[in-house]
Amino acid sequence: MLSAPRLGNTDLSCLHNLQELRHSASLANKVFIQRDYTDGTVCKFQTKFPSELESRIERTLFEDTVKTLNNYYAEAEKIGGQSYLEGCLACLTIYLIFLCIETRYEKVLKNISRYIQEQNEKVYAPRGLLITDPIQRGMRVVSLQSLQTSVCVCECMWSVEAACSSEAVVSPP
Amino acid sequence: MKNHEYQQIDPQALVTPTPTPPPRPLPEHKPRRARRRWEVFPGKNRFCCDGRMIAARQSGVLPLTLGLILLTSGLFFIFDCPFLVKHLTSCIPAIGGVLFVFVIISLLQTSFTDPGILPRATPEEAADIEKQIDNPTGSSSSYRPPPRTKEVVINQQVVKLKYCFTCKIFRPPRTSHCSLCDNCVERFDHHCPWVGNCVGKRNYRFFYTFIISLSFLTAFIFGCVTTHLTLRSQGGNGLVFALQASPASALELVVCFFSVWSILGLSGFHTYLVATNLTTNEDIKGSWSGKSGNEDVGNPYSYNSIIKNCCSVLCGPMPPSLIDRRGFVPSDDSVQTSPVEIELPAAKNDINMCTQGTKGLLETASRSPLLTSSCPQAKPQAVLEPLPEIVPEPPKTPHKHHSHHRSKAKQSAHHTPKTSNSSPRPYHSHSSRRKDSKNRDPKFSSLR
Repeated sequence: MLSAPRLGNTDLSCLHNLQELRHSASLANKVFIQRDYTDGTVCKFQTKFPSELESRIERTLFEDTVKTLNNYYAEAEKIGGQSYLEGCLACLTIYLIFLCIETRYEKVLKNISRYIQEQNEKVYAPRGLLITDPIQRGMRVVSLQSLQTSVCVCECMWSVEAACSSEAVVSPP
Repeated sequence: MKNHEYQQIDPQALVTPTPTPPPRPLPEHKPRRARRRWEVFPGKNRFCCDGRMIAARQSGVLPLTLGLILLTSGLFFIFDCPFLVKHLTSCIPAIGGVLFVFVIISLLQTSFTDPGILPRATPEEAADIEKQIDNPTGSSSSYRPPPRTKEVVINQQVVKLKYCFTCKIFRPPRTSHCSLCDNCVERFDHHCPWVGNCVGKRNYRFFYTFIISLSFLTAFIFGCVTTHLTLRSQGGNGLVFALQASPASALELVVCFFSVWSILGLSGFHTYLVATNLTTNEDIKGSWSGKSGNEDVGNPYSYNSIIKNCCSVLCGPMPPSLIDRRGFVPSDDSVQTSPVEIELPAAKNDINMCTQGTKGLLETASRSPLLTSSCPQAKPQAVLEPLPEIVPEPPKTPHKHHSHHRSKAKQSAHHTPKTSNSSPRPYHSHSSRRKDSKNRDPKFSSLR
């Protein structure tokens, strides 16, 4: 809910620099890294660096994170000796074995969660960002969001709008 | 006047209650207990055991399937096995028992496993995609955009990814929206009424095991009953005497005779699909056969090796379920922070349209809640005019992007397509692609 406009920490620079405010505002939305389907249906995310992150994080760090995630997923979905063994054993037990043991995919997903948590702590949180585990988004996207509170940025919107237009100051109900 | 316009937009009206849109209106009072996510799942599914098991809401003829299998097998074990054990071998009930267990367990697994449902996009994701569609190169679109498809090259083949208006996502390759279940399903094969569920990426191997083991069981029972009646009618007794002595065998014979052909045909068809790494949906639509005019098409997902295709489909790693069934729905307290995030897509556009005045602000502020199509209470009171870029179809438009698999099983001629209830759109009939000689109903409902 929007409260009455009041100036916060970054608001002074917001009022004077619309460009900077646009950057902050654009990253106050979530940035979504979509899937890369060029290799088929395997889980892989695009490594293209989003423009909204330009001022927030180094390109190499971001690309490393996404590439490592892609490697994890490739390992989980790899069709090789171990997956064949698991598949054949599962077939013989009418797939009831899936109820009892943790599959390789699930183990890799746990590793991915740990990796993302570690990256958030070491790389992204110090830069005011937060990565969400793709499994929480149905493996569709990797979402990044700004850790700074959105309320502060919303207040910037109202005050900037009031500054731009010549009408009376907006007072939200 | 401007102030009056501002006051008409009630910020509270822009609140969307939950990230996952509920299928039914929320109760007026706040429920005391925390609800699990399966209770607010938007698709047409049924959940058992507190979300541990999932099936389609329409169970189709699953009870009939189960009933027929149990009845026929029961009669076999009760009336035929004692005679055959006495006259032949005791391996017969053992083999029959193993096959029966395979059939029942794989049927239940097919019916009650998540087929690979893709969860619907969150409002932020949907807004992000809408933004990308409307302004692909940063220029404002002054005309209605064309149907939403995205092209991607997979293994030197151009594959079109379609936008799902219900789930608000671009469907991954091989994913299709099932109108019966109202979900996008990965590697969608077909919606099988006999098992009462979709067959997709996660439960295709269970389905294949089911039909293969059912073929063996049906053929086995058919053979054993024939042997039984033959043995009984020996010694000058005749077939009529044998049938009178064991009337249950007559019933088993009839059921097995009529079902074995269709089930064997279905097994053969799916063995072909597994060997070529195709889905029923793709086969029926002729996606990779060059029928749509493209000459240089081939299945981009095939490994071009029968063994590798079989292994990848049947023995590949088991992907996890992407829908969170047993998690808890966030309480209302934590939900109140989300409207701030939802407002931001509108706020971001506000900066760009700041100089255009307040009308632009009102329009974009009303835009983001309209994207959450299943939350009608979020519509602000002063929507100035309907925005053409918003979802152009009603939110619950049914999709017929799946092909209704014609059953080769017992009553294939009497099968009524269930999509006719919920899919008003015209459909194409793909009668040219037949992999079996059975009497498949040509009225496949498959839409692009």
